Amino acid sequence: MRLLTHNMQACNIKGVTNGFPFRVEAEEVMEKQVDFNADFLRNLFPKIEWKALVEASRAMGYHELPDEADSSLLDSDDFLQKFHRALPQLHLEEGAFVCPETGRKFPTALIKCI
Amino acid sequence: MKLKQLEALLGNLQQFSNPKVELEQYPTGPHIASRMLFTAENSFGDVSGKVVADFGCGCGTLGLASALLDAQHVIGVDVDPESLEIASENAEDLEVDIDLLQCDIKNLGWTGQIVDTVVMNPPFGTRRKGADMDFLFVALQVASQAVYSLHKTTTREHIKRSALRDFGACSAEVICELRYDLPQLYKFHKKKEVDIAVDLWRFVPRTN
Ligand SMILES: C[S@@+](CC[C@H](N)C(=O)[O-])C[C@H]1O[C@@H](n2cnc3c(N)ncnc32)[C@H](O)[C@@H]1O
Repeated sequence: MRLLTHNMQACNIKGVTNGFPFRVEAEEVMEKQVDFNADFLRNLFPKIEWKALVEASRAMGYHELPDEADSSLLDSDDFLQKFHRALPQLHLEEGAFVCPETGRKFPTALIKCI
Repeated sequence: MKLKQLEALLGNLQQFSNPKVELEQYPTGPHIASRMLFTAENSFGDVSGKVVADFGCGCGTLGLASALLDAQHVIGVDVDPESLEIASENAEDLEVDIDLLQCDIKNLGWTGQIVDTVVMNPPFGTRRKGADMDFLFVALQVASQAVYSLHKTTTREHIKRSALRDFGACSAEVICELRYDLPQLYKFHKKKEVDIAVDLWRFVPRTN
């Protein structure tokens, strides 16, 4: 399970009104090599919930992302490299997504959001 | 990747071991699946480098085909955990990464405009009326670039009208007409194989 999916998925079990973002409980995290694609990241940046990404990546032990980010950073190669490591490269292999409202846990082997 | 290579890889995937009739579980064969994704990529540039979602992914055929054609990020969604398990084994065999979510399409609730392209072979709606329309409605809400889908040719006018008038699509085109061999998975099918006419659609959502 990767953080891009985390960034779009709200917990939508019945009755939950504010199910975004899931808190992440990480047991096993893996970083996998993916080809760097700067255009993809620049394109994606305005659509991302930055704060949710930062918190989830920190919960996975990755602390390189700044608290705040705006589009001026997209000219910085250093920033793009860090963004790249968090987004396509970090994998939550074992762990859970936790609903921010009810505390209900969903194991990430299969995130269930019925 | 060449079309033939893609078709051969898809032909090796594991498919539903105990298909569930009520969920209309039958796989998209390698012939149709490879052409569907190949067209999406080579004629329209909707796959490589994109965020692709596979709705009702079953054992993952369409999502895995997208990953093989270099989609940047693939998410498969299905309500059935058993087929997701198979999809995850298929991904491992092919050495590609896809994220899998167990969810009823009607309850998806994705935020933002992150998904570029949705690919799907939804239930035709023969078991639960309107299932095909639920899929199309949600797909047109989450995709920002294109939706590829298979629907029975007999429903062509209805699909076109619903997509353009009710679901806000700005275009709805049948790209090609196919023969779909539904294997005899289900007892209520009397013949050995049921050959039905199916349209491959490309929809463009309103946001474009
Ligand atoms: C015709 S099969 C296609 C399977 C796969 N995409 C393929 O092309 O081989 C339809 C799939 O939709 C799933 N499905 C049916 N109703 C669903 C729903 N309401 N939400 C999510 N998935 C559903 C079924 O479990 C099944 O895997």
